[in-house]
Amino acid sequence: MIRDHRLAKDEYDRNFSDIHPPFETRDAALVDANRCLFCYDAPCTKSCPTGIDVPKFIKQISTDDIKGSARTIFLSNIMGGGCSRVCPVEKLCEGACVYNLMEEEPIPIARLQRYSTDAAIQRRWPLFTRKPSDGLKVAIIGAGPAGLSAAHVLSREGVDVTIFEKEEKGGGLMTYGVAAYKVTPEYCAEELDYILSLGGITIRYGAELGKDLQLEQLREEYDAVFLAFGVGLARRLDIPGEDLDGVVDALRFIYAIRADGFPSVPVGDKVAVIGMGMTAIDAATQARRLGAEEVTLLYRRTEAEMPCTKKELEIARLDGCRIHWLAAPGEVIGSGGKVTQLRCEKMELGPPDASGRRAPRPTGESFTLDVDMIIKATGQMPFEQLVSSGGLSHRGGKIDTTGLCGITSLPGVFAGGDCVNGGKEVVDAVQAGKLSAAAILSYLQTV
Amino acid sequence: MATLHTDYLGITSPNPFWLASAPPTDKKINVLRAFEAGWGGVVWKTLGSQVKNVSSRYSAVDYHGSRVMGLNNIELISDRPLDINLREIKECIRLFPDRAMIVSLMADNDRNSWQELIRKVEDTGAHGLELNFGCPHGMTERGMGAAVGQDPQIARLVTEWVMEAATIPVITKLTPNVHSVVPTGRAAVEAGSQGLSLINTIQSVTGVDLDTFIPNPNVGGKSTFGGYCGPAVKPIALKMLATIAQDTVTSKVPISGIGGISTWKDAAEFMLLGSTTVQICTAVMKHGFRIIDGLCEGLSNWMDEKGFRQTTDFIGLSVPTLTHWEDLDLNYHIVARIDPDKCIHCGLCYIACEDASHQSISLTPGHPYNTYVIKEEECVGCNLCKLVCPVDSCITMVEERVGPEYLNWKEFQQRGLPLNDH
Repeated sequence: MIRDHRLAKDEYDRNFSDIHPPFETRDAALVDANRCLFCYDAPCTKSCPTGIDVPKFIKQISTDDIKGSARTIFLSNIMGGGCSRVCPVEKLCEGACVYNLMEEEPIPIARLQRYSTDAAIQRRWPLFTRKPSDGLKVAIIGAGPAGLSAAHVLSREGVDVTIFEKEEKGGGLMTYGVAAYKVTPEYCAEELDYILSLGGITIRYGAELGKDLQLEQLREEYDAVFLAFGVGLARRLDIPGEDLDGVVDALRFIYAIRADGFPSVPVGDKVAVIGMGMTAIDAATQARRLGAEEVTLLYRRTEAEMPCTKKELEIARLDGCRIHWLAAPGEVIGSGGKVTQLRCEKMELGPPDASGRRAPRPTGESFTLDVDMIIKATGQMPFEQLVSSGGLSHRGGKIDTTGLCGITSLPGVFAGGDCVNGGKEVVDAVQAGKLSAAAILSYLQTV
Repeated sequence: MATLHTDYLGITSPNPFWLASAPPTDKKINVLRAFEAGWGGVVWKTLGSQVKNVSSRYSAVDYHGSRVMGLNNIELISDRPLDINLREIKECIRLFPDRAMIVSLMADNDRNSWQELIRKVEDTGAHGLELNFGCPHGMTERGMGAAVGQDPQIARLVTEWVMEAATIPVITKLTPNVHSVVPTGRAAVEAGSQGLSLINTIQSVTGVDLDTFIPNPNVGGKSTFGGYCGPAVKPIALKMLATIAQDTVTSKVPISGIGGISTWKDAAEFMLLGSTTVQICTAVMKHGFRIIDGLCEGLSNWMDEKGFRQTTDFIGLSVPTLTHWEDLDLNYHIVARIDPDKCIHCGLCYIACEDASHQSISLTPGHPYNTYVIKEEECVGCNLCKLVCPVDSCITMVEERVGPEYLNWKEFQQRGLPLNDH
């Protein structure tokens, strides 16, 4: 049965406490900071999509220049605090740490990054100053990582930025789409405040492109427009029974956990989660932590192809989630309009597909799970209609851009983040915002 | 199994590890604990002139997360009444007759004071005396300590007074706060001192507090130069030790080595450069007397491995290999080689060579790992890359002689071979 208030308050608190606790003391941070070898042309930096100068910021920690350290991080990644909590670092900086090649534990780069950025945000260090306004105005659609990153760069250079955000809070998927034990809604609010404390950035909430405002009108009123509205629609499974009560979208589920508070989020007794990306893991683990008795993750390929990291999988396993590899949803079976079972196709791997991964194909065999809730986490669809109605060149709703700097087919319109790449990490969106801001600045000089 | 039994001027001890004259040896309670732990001997903290100490007394240099790389002190000689010290020394000797008991001395600067002090100390049954000609602070202003050690004539005079009275072996402790320790060492030996010990602490300022702007250690808003010791001073001590071990006069007497010895490896190095015994203080001030087990076991295991049966088999063994620069072989040439299987691609060798040496390492960009290879024709064999490499034996230096025969600087010049040719 799907119901809320399954646990006592202290159980919720325990289940949703910080999974990567910060360093408690300076000494603790120094033990790890001092292990850093200060590599040249460091693999960690090269593996960070925003190119944070990791050896430099760690050296600044070990020499008691925490302000300098925070500035080094924010200069490359203004959401370096949030990224220190949500980045899949074992695939990025920490995965590239040369200690891995010595079969030693890598430097806990994310934790050190959190050490410096937490200090900066808690103490509201004014690490950046804005150049005087030059009267140029840029509109940004979406107050997520890409939008905020671009806004910060632009405002530093004296551009007046207005962000239009359809939700009631800023931060995008950082605020609405990540497990609460990784980053708390309170932190997201503090991080946003810190970014905005630079000045020169106004956010207009509840303003949705295509509904409350139109691209054409923005192009007239502003000197440039940056589109950073992400992706939104959950990919449909396209199987019978998908619309029964109890089939929910993972992002909506995670959104509710973040927006409504843990006790009021309903969860089933037996939950199936479809997909094996970070969102699938976040949904599965949080379903368990909300009190679901049984959570089963279904993935149509194998562990070798899964998009989530090994560490994420480990979290799901430690939370007691079951995993069915080579299993695809075939049919949702219900009774009285409610989900009761999920029939799954057993798959096998064929030759590689376009992504280079071996493609799954049905074996013809199937099995059935008794479930009362199904969470779909098979990715999100771009806002194709919005994009094509705006007259932008696109591929399946993903906006076409030139190179990495976000130049679209419309003059003065730039785009970056998930709405261009179809859905990647927060850190990729921050970088896209940064590069697009640079392109916008050069564009503004020409008009 | 090798024996660590040591004989220094007839003073025997079960091992060559003595505690240096310092706070760990200033009273019975410490010294008995040290002997119970297994220390071979102690040099009792300096007795002599009457003093008064300040607070605070120590400051340290930490390096890259490691505490007390170097320690600085402004403490003076023993500030306890002489008769208590003498009584306690006697008791320690009675309770541990197999251990070496040396007493460090620094009397007021006149013959009577020295000779009277020596007679009182000899009455305790102590096995030897160590003359403190080295304390760099507090006592120098009164013409004692380093003020004696820095002037060979005064050192000779004081040693002569001492030798008139002393009936047990006398060791003179040398100050490093001189351009060379040899002149004072010679003066002491020529005046009759039967042994030498070195080094005493090095005058220093360990740092300045960046909030108060007052140097360390802070004594009520002021500081003063202190004596530096600990691992940081070891290379300086080894150099000074080697000069004493090489000099024709000073090399005739046994040496007790001091200066940053923390491990059995440090001790072995001091002994290879001529120390018969070694004295330790800072390592004990940091970790306590319990380190003696590791010191003895490590040294003994190494001796077994090298086939040394007793310490005299290797004391001074390395002294002849320290030579003058102009006697080094110019045809000896080595080049670095990077083992690609061990390389972790940290780039430390590359940037060190590129920015600070001879641009002899090539970088092939990779994502995320670059590949680094030595350009052998450019490599001068300086060792820098090997020193900064964090992986043991990843970079090795391979011998590639320039010519087959030994060729030193004098010969090189005589033959008129090309200079400045790199």
